[in-house]
Amino acid sequence: MTNQPLSSSNPRVDLEYRRKKNVEEMRHQVISFTLMIFLTFIAFAVVALKGFTASFIVPFILLLAAVQVVFQLFYFMHMSHKGHEAPSMFLFTGLFLGLVIVLAFMTIIWW
Amino acid sequence: MQAEEKLTYETWPASPEKSTLEAKNKFLGFWLFLGGETVLFASLFATYLSLKDKVPDSTHHLAKDIFSVPLTLVATMLLLTSSLTSVYAMYHMKNFAFKKMMIWLGITVLLGFGFLGLEIYEFNHYVHEYGHTFTSSAFASAFYTLVGFHGAHVCFGLGWILALMIRNYKRGLNLYNAPKFYVASLYWHFIDVVWVFIFTVVYLMGMVG
Repeated sequence: MTNQPLSSSNPRVDLEYRRKKNVEEMRHQVISFTLMIFLTFIAFAVVALKGFTASFIVPFILLLAAVQVVFQLFYFMHMSHKGHEAPSMFLFTGLFLGLVIVLAFMTIIWW
Repeated sequence: MQAEEKLTYETWPASPEKSTLEAKNKFLGFWLFLGGETVLFASLFATYLSLKDKVPDSTHHLAKDIFSVPLTLVATMLLLTSSLTSVYAMYHMKNFAFKKMMIWLGITVLLGFGFLGLEIYEFNHYVHEYGHTFTSSAFASAFYTLVGFHGAHVCFGLGWILALMIRNYKRGLNLYNAPKFYVASLYWHFIDVVWVFIFTVVYLMGMVG
C-alpha cells in the first residue's frame, strides 16, 4: 500500500503546520474536557441540592448527559474529523436500535 | 506506507492510525464493534430501567437508599480525567513522541485502577451494609449486571492498554503499533461514554427516586 503523498515539496514546512494544527486540536480537547467537568458538576448539583422536582431533574440531567456524550464522540473520539462516515453509520444505527429497545422495555412491556 | 517501515519524526504520517491498509481495517472494524456495544449496553440499560426498585418486600433497600453523591462524583471524575489523559497520549502519538505517549497512557491506567478500586469498594459496601446482593432482588440483579458489565469493560481496557504498553516498550512507535494504541484509546473513551449514562441514569436518577 503506497498512499499519503507528502503534501508539500518541503516536508519541514508541512511538519510545522501539522504540529501547530495538533496543538490547536489539543487546546479544543482541553476546552471540551473543561465543559464536560462543568456539566457533570451541574448534574450532580441539581440532584444534591434537593430544591428541584423530579420532573425537572430527570429530563435536565439526561440532556446534560447527551451533550457530554456528543463532546466525547466528536472531540475525544475524533468523529468530527474527515473519514468517519462509516463509524457514524455504525454508531448511530447502534444508538437507534438501543433507543428502540429502551422504549420497548419501558412502555410496551410492563411488569 | 508499510507497517514495517522505520520512520522518523519527519516521515511520520499525519494520521498514523489510518495510513496502512491494516490500520484502516482495524479502524473500521473497531467502530462496527462499538456500534454493537452500544446495542448491548442499551439493552442492559433497558433491563435496569424496567426492573428499577422492583424488590420482593419492604425489607429490601431501594435505589434512593443506597447510592451516595460523593462516591459517584469521585468515580466520575477519575474516569472523565482518564479520558482526557488518553487524549493527551494520542496527541503525543501523532507527534511521534513515544515516551510522552507512554507516560500519559500510564497515568490513564492509574486513574482506571482508581476507578476500579472504588467500584469494588462500592459493591462490597452494598453487599455488607444493605444486603444488596446479585440474587437479592430483580432490582439488584439488573443493577449489578449493568454496572458490573461496565466495570468488566474497565478491567478489560486496563489489561489491553497495559499489554500494549509492555509489548511495545522497547519497540518504539511504528505504523504497526500506532493503530493498536489508537483503537485502545477509542475503547477507553467508549467506556467513559457508557459511564456518563450510568452515572446519570442509574446513580443520579436513582437518588431522585
